[in-house]
Amino acid sequence: MSIVAPDRRTADERPLHRRLGLTDDELAAIVERLGREPNDLELAMFSVMWSEHCSYKSSRPLLRTLPSAGPDVVAGPGENAGAVRIGDGLAVCFKIESHNHPSAVEPYQGAATGVGGILRDIVAMGARPVALLDALKFGDPTDPNQRRLVRGVVGGVGGYGNCVGVPTVGGELTFDDSYADNPLVNVMCVGIVLEDRIAHAAAAGVGNLAVLYGSTTGRDGIGGASVLASATFDEMSAQMRPSVQIGDPFAGKLLIEASLELVERELIVGLQDLGAAGLTCAASEMADRGGTGMRLDLAAVPRREEDMAPVEVMLSESQERMLTVVRPELVADVLEVCRRWGLPAAVVGTVTDDGLVTIVDAGEVIAQLPARALASEAIVLQREGRPPVRSRPAPAPGAPTLAHDGLPERGMDPGAVLQALLGRPNLGSRRWVTAQYDETVGTDTVEGGRHGAAVLRIKRSRRAIVMSTDSVPRVAQHDPALAAAMAVAECARNVAVTGARPLGLTNCLNFGDPGVPEAFWQLAESVRGLARAANALELPVTGGNVSLYNESLSGRIAPTAQIGVVGVLDDLDWLMSPEFREAGDLVVLLGETGAGMSGSNYEELAGAAPDDRPPSLDLSRELGLQRVLQRAAQEGLLRSAQDVSGGGLAVAVAECAIWSGLGVELSVPVGLPPAVVLFGESPGRVVASLPPARWSELARLAAGLRVPCRRLGVVGGDRVRIRLVGIGATGAAEERGARVADEIDRPLVELERAWRQALARSLDEVG
Amino acid sequence: MKVGVVVFPGSNCDRDALHAAELAGAEAELLWHAETDLHGADAVILPGGFAHGDYLRAGAIARFSPIMGAVREHAARGGLVLGICNGFQVLTEAGLLPGALRRNTSLHFEHGWVRLSVERRDTSFTNAVPSGATLRMPIAHGEGCYYLPDAELDRLEAAGQVLFRYAPPEGNPNGSARGIAGIMNEQGNVGGLMPHPERAAEQILGSDDGMFVLRSLVESTARSGVLVG
Repeated sequence: MSIVAPDRRTADERPLHRRLGLTDDELAAIVERLGREPNDLELAMFSVMWSEHCSYKSSRPLLRTLPSAGPDVVAGPGENAGAVRIGDGLAVCFKIESHNHPSAVEPYQGAATGVGGILRDIVAMGARPVALLDALKFGDPTDPNQRRLVRGVVGGVGGYGNCVGVPTVGGELTFDDSYADNPLVNVMCVGIVLEDRIAHAAAAGVGNLAVLYGSTTGRDGIGGASVLASATFDEMSAQMRPSVQIGDPFAGKLLIEASLELVERELIVGLQDLGAAGLTCAASEMADRGGTGMRLDLAAVPRREEDMAPVEVMLSESQERMLTVVRPELVADVLEVCRRWGLPAAVVGTVTDDGLVTIVDAGEVIAQLPARALASEAIVLQREGRPPVRSRPAPAPGAPTLAHDGLPERGMDPGAVLQALLGRPNLGSRRWVTAQYDETVGTDTVEGGRHGAAVLRIKRSRRAIVMSTDSVPRVAQHDPALAAAMAVAECARNVAVTGARPLGLTNCLNFGDPGVPEAFWQLAESVRGLARAANALELPVTGGNVSLYNESLSGRIAPTAQIGVVGVLDDLDWLMSPEFREAGDLVVLLGETGAGMSGSNYEELAGAAPDDRPPSLDLSRELGLQRVLQRAAQEGLLRSAQDVSGGGLAVAVAECAIWSGLGVELSVPVGLPPAVVLFGESPGRVVASLPPARWSELARLAAGLRVPCRRLGVVGGDRVRIRLVGIGATGAAEERGARVADEIDRPLVELERAWRQALARSLDEVG
Repeated sequence: MKVGVVVFPGSNCDRDALHAAELAGAEAELLWHAETDLHGADAVILPGGFAHGDYLRAGAIARFSPIMGAVREHAARGGLVLGICNGFQVLTEAGLLPGALRRNTSLHFEHGWVRLSVERRDTSFTNAVPSGATLRMPIAHGEGCYYLPDAELDRLEAAGQVLFRYAPPEGNPNGSARGIAGIMNEQGNVGGLMPHPERAAEQILGSDDGMFVLRSLVESTARSGVLVG
């Protein structure tokens, strides 16, 4: 029996385990665990289960350091998704996952199956998926190949999500050259379930039967976990196309409805989706979690192709399949539900008490492996980490710095800088993307993809759930630990500005080859930063996903810790929106602008930063800020609240104005360089508006929680005016003989146009 | 007064339509596509989604679903039928409404909020709309470009069968002929529109203008008469 298709170009003489992607050490570890040599099928099963994608062999020791407990946690790491309690007997299930390499190879299908996969993780919890968020990262959007990738990925996310009827309500779109050959497609799904109906992915009850239902099993996607997701990406990518799965959203929709009916009618004992490593993964993980074994009869697996070898059946990553464990007396009911939804289904196995995954074909045992050895006791690698040599040396002492007005020569007018920033594809309107996503299906979307956080009401409840996904990859190039912590803070802040309480965190860690010490250091540092911020902000990390080997011949991606946070707003009446509401309202800044411009959008625009170091993060103040926002929401103090992040204070203010159609007139004191004050991206800040009569209440509340709070001006007019007051606003430039405007003064319509056209112009314009 | 909401495999706005019909004051029930009767429903909604996957052409397979026989008979008896989005596509494929819905001129899926002008307020689908009102509601479709040959469009308009047109400021989002967003049959008892009134049924969702359409349907049925234009 040939396990691996012969390489078409050269006869591959390497031993089988290496061709399957296992190292000699890993083979030795397998032999040690088994006390014998594995046969070819067993070796293939190990190769996918011990892949980075399934085993987390490089990242597991790091992930253990993340806090996962909390009073509201209902399900944590190890389940198909995390779950937190939100009240009314309900829990929110959520998880974020990557589909980077498949999307690089085949953008539409890669992204579509990424959506399908994360949906099934939520469904496997017994939860109805209610929202999707997509975090996408590409190279330069004016490059034709990047445009192809963007169109394909956005089409695929929409194609799947729109069809299954789950609204895509938010996300992130980032362009950075480091992603040019290795785009990132991270998709977060959020679902709602009655807390006491949460399904578990364990094969409990010896003698219970395993039913495989959904699409039939074919040859697609074989080796996806080990080949695509667990190897560095190179010129081989086109030849990997057969390893990409094909999505069928219609089957996905039927699978969701059938699965939820099975859960709702309490017909099943355990439930797991088939994703990476297919049946091998589902059977071994379910048995391992249940402390049981599973005996699978391959002849019973419904197939879409003739003459499939056992290894192909066991490794197939055909989409839209689930494995469920059922008490024998309910099997007929389960099969009937599947039949009605038009889904092939068959009893393929039995839960055993021997701790073994046993594969039977034509009456003969062809593989028999301890479930634990495949799953929870898979190999763990102790990787070596080493900080990279700083690519850009720190400036020598006494070297001339940029003029302290901080604005680049081409942008002597800070208003022009603001307009240029709003017109950047990283900061402008995402509407080019979101217009292709159904945002309102489900009739729960209160705030969709336009702003930082998405808000969904819960029918027959006062409550709403709030969610966001964020990352800070440009800062990560300088300091991955700081960037991961900043991403956690920003994501939680985005949830908190609505007035909601952040309840839990999921993460998708996108990094390079863990065998490269510099890449592993980036991962380890990011996890360290993530843990620090999660602890400080009291946010349990309920699960996540690790995507390694995000490298290509042209280099490694920016270290990217993509964070997802879910929170609850106990009363929808408390909801705060980011846009201004009333002319005459006071505009205030909560939090304090700090130094540090490295990794900012301004730096990217200007090619240099006047303050060449990353900003600093004060997590205790961040927590205080969140408390101020929650209290202010409950007391109805604020009319609007908006996070200050990409593009800094000026961009945040301009967004509040653009979204409301109301101008604003502010006076901002200048202590730091003007560019830092206007465009710096130091964390822990929120722009809010409120009726002037409520100012003293807000000031008292903020002072009580030690959060700086300062009046900046008023809402009104049809221009965005931000006057810099105090010393240092113009002096240096005048010395050079130039006159620098000391204020931003732009018609709102012009800023709005720049913001609205940013993305479409980059992606569509022929240049 | 009971509204039946048909569920095709791949329908995804069925529960939304059920919820909105209840808000409009009706009793509402989901009707599985494989059924052959309407469980006593007084009016029928064909909801949005991707019936049978719509891999061939939107609505092309759904018209063969067993329940469509019962829907046809219900319509022939003068019963009210409203198709929303994919439901509108199904009704045109089934020949219960004239015309066809082609791919959006943008060639991709379009989601957004649109405004609709209401062409007449004396029909079973619009009689609750206040005079002079334009209705704000979402669209979400890839094939919503209404098409009918010019001569037939003239007849459709002359017969007063146009219910809604896309209106400024957003305008026509999909290239529909003469900006048509919704129509009815000659008898005035079968209507269809691409925008989603059930998604604009509560202020908290951004608009409750869609309730005017659903209340028209529910109240017309409750009066157990069909207003014929």
